Amino acid sequence: MSSRQHLEFEKPVIELESKLKELEELYVEGRSELKGEVAALAKKVTDLKKRIFSGLTPWQITQLARHPNRPYTLDYISHICEDFIELHGDRCYGDDAAIVGGLARIDGRAVVLIGHQKGRTTKEKIHRNFGMPNPEGYRKAMRLMRLAERFERPVVTFIDTPGAFPGIGAEERGQAEAIATSLMVMSGLRVPSLSVIIGEGGSGGALAIGVADKVMMMEYSTYSVISPEGCAAILWKNGGKADVAARSLKITARDLLKLGIIDKVIKEPLGAAHSDTAAAAKNMKKAIVSALGELDGMERGDLLKKRYDKYRGMGIFKGD
Amino acid sequence: MALRDSRAEAENRNGKTVKVPEGLWLKCNGCGEILYKKEIERNLYVCRKCRYHFRINARVRLSIVLDEGTFKEYDNTLKPSDPLKFEDLKVYSVRIKESWKASSSKDAVICGEGLIKRKRVLIGAFEFGFMGGSMGSVVGEKITRLFERGLDENHPVIIISSSGGARMQEGILSLMQMAKTSAAVARLKERGVPYISILTDPTTGGVTASFAMLGDLIIAEPKALIGFAGPRVIEQTIRQSLPDGFQRSEYLLEHGMVDLIVDRKDMRDTLSKVLDLLVPEVPAKSARGSSRSKKSPHAPN
Ligand SMILES: [Zn+2]
Repeated sequence: MSSRQHLEFEKPVIELESKLKELEELYVEGRSELKGEVAALAKKVTDLKKRIFSGLTPWQITQLARHPNRPYTLDYISHICEDFIELHGDRCYGDDAAIVGGLARIDGRAVVLIGHQKGRTTKEKIHRNFGMPNPEGYRKAMRLMRLAERFERPVVTFIDTPGAFPGIGAEERGQAEAIATSLMVMSGLRVPSLSVIIGEGGSGGALAIGVADKVMMMEYSTYSVISPEGCAAILWKNGGKADVAARSLKITARDLLKLGIIDKVIKEPLGAAHSDTAAAAKNMKKAIVSALGELDGMERGDLLKKRYDKYRGMGIFKGD
Repeated sequence: MALRDSRAEAENRNGKTVKVPEGLWLKCNGCGEILYKKEIERNLYVCRKCRYHFRINARVRLSIVLDEGTFKEYDNTLKPSDPLKFEDLKVYSVRIKESWKASSSKDAVICGEGLIKRKRVLIGAFEFGFMGGSMGSVVGEKITRLFERGLDENHPVIIISSSGGARMQEGILSLMQMAKTSAAVARLKERGVPYISILTDPTTGGVTASFAMLGDLIIAEPKALIGFAGPRVIEQTIRQSLPDGFQRSEYLLEHGMVDLIVDRKDMRDTLSKVLDLLVPEVPAKSARGSSRSKKSPHAPN
């Protein structure tokens, strides 16, 4: 994460932080009389962060979920896994770099880990197709899930995509079929499964690897049937209404917990995950280990029934 | 993101094509010919000149494939609510009420049972006129109940899709209907209960990306738009023009995505034959009691 970029609402914090840094340097250089001022300014920074981050709107959270410095799947893997061997290809057409997956070890236990992967640099962004998978990405994911099933390893997925790629090749090779089949495969997976939305949970392209026994969201991630801009463009014929759409769609971790769609919100450090990846990863690891532990003792039939019943119960309507 | 724009497109097109205009004449969207309405009706809403298949509502669809007077509707008391209190230019509940007036259904799918040449099937048909055939909680629930009934009674399930995708106004709950319906299909597959998916113009977004592409057989009507993303979204994303016939039934057949393309007038015969060939035995009568047996529910033809 070499280039530091920031969002509009982060700017006051960034400015104050750079002032604090200057002051600290002077203090370190021998201006010991500044001690009190440094402490006061540090407190001011923290207070400001707390104030800003406690009152974020859904649209601001959307921007955090897409923050250019936000940790991606491979960043989290390097923080939480003792081992990771990436496996490639769908054995059919190609290897989609927008989804990574492989054998991993978390807190001593072997799992199969799969996640969307975005790129950091321009070159890498293109290589990763901005985290938008083609059908071969989902077919690779399914292949790895089958592998997990054969060797009785839990499946852990990280979700972070604007959506499945809308392209000519994607349609020709069956984007819809790949997503649909993945939903079916995950719903009947004979091993425990766990999904964490780490950034953008963009519609069917996210859900395709997100049907799991436990679904958790990082505090400033989002999960939605449509992007706020897309929704605004259709309903208001005005993409600028994205902030209203973001509020309307109920896409934040807190809202989705309330709706019973997810099981847990994983706390991010003050200033969000990109301000302290190690701290975010630590919280995530703890949550994953504890969730896997809860699924451990379950008998396979119960596991499958419980998973089916969970999704079966989703939906709100009138009448019977 | 793909789910949305395909729907916008579908609705636009809806405005142009679905509504059969009042009066005696209507214009074919395929060849531009002015056609006598009665004549088109007699021909199952297919243009005799160019074979353009007009969009038709769910009840007409059911009447075309089922034995006359055999349809029995299920779950017709289910109605959409506004679980998210969705903010919109037009309140969701108003959109719903308008759709009630404009269509023959309480939501975008009609489900029930009926006979095809005396063989009992569980069948659902989408109502595209109801908010672009979009899938929200009610659609997901009705489809899932139909699959579960198919499982319980060991009866073939047929779904005739026509949808722009997930329903935005129900947010994440709509998205989850994809998981819910696909999980139910998984159970049918495990048990070997036949599920035939029929794709009609247009079938896109979250419906295509869930149960509609999971049929044991996937049959398309000619020239139907079928895809994950809508063509306009794709064009905007890749900034290229799209190949001729892109995302039409014939194109999907060529790319291995559907089993066959069947004209509307032949659909009933084809379904009947498929059922005869897929379902092994032919016992005399069917009932709920025969559940989970591997026996065919079919009466002799
Ligand atoms: Zn014509």
